[in-house]
Amino acid sequence: MKLNLKIWRQAGPNAKGRMVDYKIDGVESDMSFLEMLDLLNEKLIGKGDEPIAFDHDCREGICGMCSLFINGEAHGPDRLITTCQLHMRKFNDGDTITIEPWRANAFPVIKDLIVDRSALDRIQQAGGYISVNTSGRSVDANNIPIPKKDADMAFDAATCIGCGACVATCKNASAMLFVSAKVAQFALLPQGRVEAAKRVQDMVAAMDAEGFGSCTNTGACEVECPKGISLTNIAILNKEFLLAQTK
Amino acid sequence: MSTINIKEGTPLKAKIPEGDLAQKWTIYKDKIRLVSPANKRNLDIIVVGTGLAGASAAASLAEMGYNVKAFAFQDSPRRAHSIAAQGGINASKNYQNDGDSDWRLFYDTIKGGDYRGREANTYRLAEVSGAIIDQAVMQGVPFARDYGGLLDNRSFGGVLVSRTFYAKGQTGQQLLLGAYSALNRQIARGKVEMYNRHEMIDLVVIDGHARGIIARNLVTGEIERHSAHAVVLGSGGYSNAYFLSTNAMGSNATAAWRAHRKGAYFANPAFVQIHPTCIPRSSEHQSKLTLMSESLRNDGRIWVPKKLEDAKALQQGKLKPTEIPEEDRDYYLERRYPAFGNLVPRDVASRAAKERCDAGFGVNKTGEAVYLDFSTAIERYGKEQAHLKGIKNPSKKLITELGEKVIEQKYGNLFQMYEKITDDNPYKTPMMIYPANHYSMGGLWVDYDLQSNLPGLFVIGEANFSDHGANRLGASALMQGLADGYFVLPYTIGDYLADYIREGKIPTDTPEFEEAEEKVKEEINFFINNKGKHSVDYFHKKLGKIMWDKAGLARNAKGLKEAIKEIQELRSQFWKDVRVPGKANEYNPELEKAGYVADFLELGELLALDALNRNESCGGHFREEYQTEEGEALRDDKNYAYAAAWEYPAKPYERFTKHVNMSDAILHKEPLIFEFVKPTTRSYK
Amino acid sequence: MTILKTSVAKKVAMALSGLFLVVFLLLHLAINLTLIYPGKETFDAAVEFMGTNPLIQVMQPILFLGFIFHIIMGIYLEWTNRSKRSVKYVKNNQAVASSWASRNMIWTGLFVLVFLALHLFNYFVPFKTQDVSDHYALVTGLFKNPVYTLLYVLAFVLLGIHLSHGFQSAFQSLGTPREKCNKFLVCCGYIFAIVIAVGFSAVAVYFYFN
Repeated sequence: MKLNLKIWRQAGPNAKGRMVDYKIDGVESDMSFLEMLDLLNEKLIGKGDEPIAFDHDCREGICGMCSLFINGEAHGPDRLITTCQLHMRKFNDGDTITIEPWRANAFPVIKDLIVDRSALDRIQQAGGYISVNTSGRSVDANNIPIPKKDADMAFDAATCIGCGACVATCKNASAMLFVSAKVAQFALLPQGRVEAAKRVQDMVAAMDAEGFGSCTNTGACEVECPKGISLTNIAILNKEFLLAQTK
Repeated sequence: MSTINIKEGTPLKAKIPEGDLAQKWTIYKDKIRLVSPANKRNLDIIVVGTGLAGASAAASLAEMGYNVKAFAFQDSPRRAHSIAAQGGINASKNYQNDGDSDWRLFYDTIKGGDYRGREANTYRLAEVSGAIIDQAVMQGVPFARDYGGLLDNRSFGGVLVSRTFYAKGQTGQQLLLGAYSALNRQIARGKVEMYNRHEMIDLVVIDGHARGIIARNLVTGEIERHSAHAVVLGSGGYSNAYFLSTNAMGSNATAAWRAHRKGAYFANPAFVQIHPTCIPRSSEHQSKLTLMSESLRNDGRIWVPKKLEDAKALQQGKLKPTEIPEEDRDYYLERRYPAFGNLVPRDVASRAAKERCDAGFGVNKTGEAVYLDFSTAIERYGKEQAHLKGIKNPSKKLITELGEKVIEQKYGNLFQMYEKITDDNPYKTPMMIYPANHYSMGGLWVDYDLQSNLPGLFVIGEANFSDHGANRLGASALMQGLADGYFVLPYTIGDYLADYIREGKIPTDTPEFEEAEEKVKEEINFFINNKGKHSVDYFHKKLGKIMWDKAGLARNAKGLKEAIKEIQELRSQFWKDVRVPGKANEYNPELEKAGYVADFLELGELLALDALNRNESCGGHFREEYQTEEGEALRDDKNYAYAAAWEYPAKPYERFTKHVNMSDAILHKEPLIFEFVKPTTRSYK
Repeated sequence: MTILKTSVAKKVAMALSGLFLVVFLLLHLAINLTLIYPGKETFDAAVEFMGTNPLIQVMQPILFLGFIFHIIMGIYLEWTNRSKRSVKYVKNNQAVASSWASRNMIWTGLFVLVFLALHLFNYFVPFKTQDVSDHYALVTGLFKNPVYTLLYVLAFVLLGIHLSHGFQSAFQSLGTPREKCNKFLVCCGYIFAIVIAVGFSAVAVYFYFN
């Protein structure tokens, strides 16, 4: 199929960017969205132009590296997938597709469609861990039974891939879904309870310091999240935050 | 019999401690030298790669007090490709009371590796496996649990016990995030300096010791010097030499290969794993292949049609798999290997699939796919659920419904992934799968300490070669990465560093650093200024095709010789004709790729050479000339019970000025001595 | 204000002030409905009660503060949140992922604020400053003006939309266990929003036609 692409080009962090139009032919419906961009890049290199820079790595929806705001939606029009899992069969011949980088002040553009998401790492560094040193002599794993329901909920929260779609899609550029997923995962597990109060306060403070907006419960993040991380986690964060004030 | 002239160097010693197998590690650990906490503060360690091995090592070393600098080419340590491991992690906990033990895990691993692994290393791996699970649970890794709140297990290929711990189909992700959280804690403490979007492009060797790296800041293009008292590589495997693999797009062998160029030996490159259950390729534009977890073989049955005309009809799209009656289906793994059935080791399953497809029984349009069918499992689980719920005489529809729910519980995310990629609903129609490159057992040679032949250079995880022999069992990669990073390297590295407590900071203004920086800059400038005709991918795809066709699932001397010649030609063409757009001092993904492919083009040839040298079949290395009458691998323990460690045949920086012939590589043999197990013919019948 | 330092504390404060205003709205609606049934006598008695009851007199300034806090904090949050994305998307398909109400709380809120000012000027100021002899007549008289009535109905429809998101959002902000009560709370929110919008509007429309 033939497509018209409108793609954000920006030479560097401080350069001025703009939308550039491209026409591409020979796109097959079995291609992934990123393979379509590979094809475009191959053509650009062939013409002596600079290829479009975009983040990607595992191409199976788990590393969280790929991003892209496609036709006004984080990871494009399909649900519960990342951009690398989006296939061209979701588009029609002759479609115009707008491709932009994640937009948030906390995610400055590095080049073209690549943004700097290190703010998310710094939030994790503020408390997204259980303070346990490596030791071959910690208690046996089965000494801590955990009700299946809690373990499953913790797992669901822990499946966040840190892609930043929640921030990209939130009208406030809030990172609450991301932060809450980590807070909730540990809050639900007995190992994580010990530091729960400090963790939620430190991580929220770090989130604010990084320049993310605040949550107004629009719920867009949950809809656009490729892993279906639930708003329940935000409620858990809020509860944990209130509990922490009493400590 | 192939006749090639291989130059042989001095044999290698692995420094395996004396004593009973089960006691070796304990006694050794108690005797190796320690570094006092005060001195650890004066010692710097560089860790390249932050996957399971790198992140766990960096975190553990920092906890102990060393100053760690960690490097990742992605934007965050959390993105490392360990994250994509799906099925699980093995540990000899014996929670299922099925008679598991350290010995059994060791034995399964060494047997699974077709007796080409090192006994002592493999036993140590089994010994620390339980501690990994304890550690991960303490970190908050949400493993699957049963209704009693205790950890659940499942089975993987090549074993007769349930020892695999899992977190749905995202075990690698959960374990990596656990290690990442430990790493984050040390970053916050200031004990780890994290360099994201940085790539190691050279190893700096001073007086024969690894003392630092040259790294490129991928955002600014700046070339940086970093010094340390020891360098640890946890930079993963080289499956991407085949272009299409299940590895991430960025997975590369550059860190390991540049160390190899500087003198570290590269061992057993021919041992690569072709995973049996991947989604088949669909088009020429395909950029990578996607794995479907081996855990699916717990419940899925693999088959192709019995009749050739049915296969033809399937290939032409004239027949649906569900229309083929039970008696016309060939469950070839169950037929050939009744004891292990669908759960034979990966190499066996992959070859069996290729055998059927080569015979014309492939089921998709390319003829390169077999079915993985869940209908039997859906029916079985459905009946079980109906019984549990007390439903008498359930309808077929209800059974299917209930069964599908169970399957969804177990593999929901995998099924969803399959459907998104192929547009087929695997609950209703069988999955199509085909083998694809997945893992490399070979890697930089290391001794028992995980130290390479270059003192001060330690190699962990998939980047080293030691524990899996010629074939890795499922759910053992996560185990090995974490064993190395959490429980082996942190001890053994101290024994080396104990000699350098008075060394002080290693300066970076020495001639060795200067030369390394200058040379890698020359290579980068060469790429930027070379006005070639073809993109990097053009060459990568060509290399991949040669590798897959002639050094892939099945190899023979003729093909391997051709491969070596073709790769040499492709390499000279690459250096003449590659085009890298953009500049050196900016974010330039094409430039990064050019470096990767330049390295793969050398590694690929060495892989073919190693395969040609090894006149036997073992594990993932299958030479068509060496097989039993039934088509099984035929090992030659008399002549090939050794690890083949290769020395780079040229000076480190010659390759873009003169032709380097990888076939001149010098072979150093490490004899494999089996004291405790007797190598036998692997049988899964 | 240090207690309101973090973004989460601010939204908790928004939630609490919002829920406080929700209680007030219910009380206000109850009084308004007495205009229609039982009628003038009850309404006058209620007005009398509101004007003299000591508890109400204490609550009145608190209510004012609640309003002012909710408004200022709402505007402040909107203003800061907007600044978190300096470069806007060229194409942003927000409607597929979130409700119009949730995205436009500031606009529905600000319209209600404008109406509130008008309402205070028209009713509350005379009530407090002048000696109004017949409250019933004052209130019902205002509804004879079609523009005022239209504005009134519009304001309460928008308030209903505001509440349709605000009600359940408040509970989410307070961390109520979502997996257990979300459906119930969303349902309550919609019912409450409809009750407020229809209830207030009904009174206005009733007196416009009678």
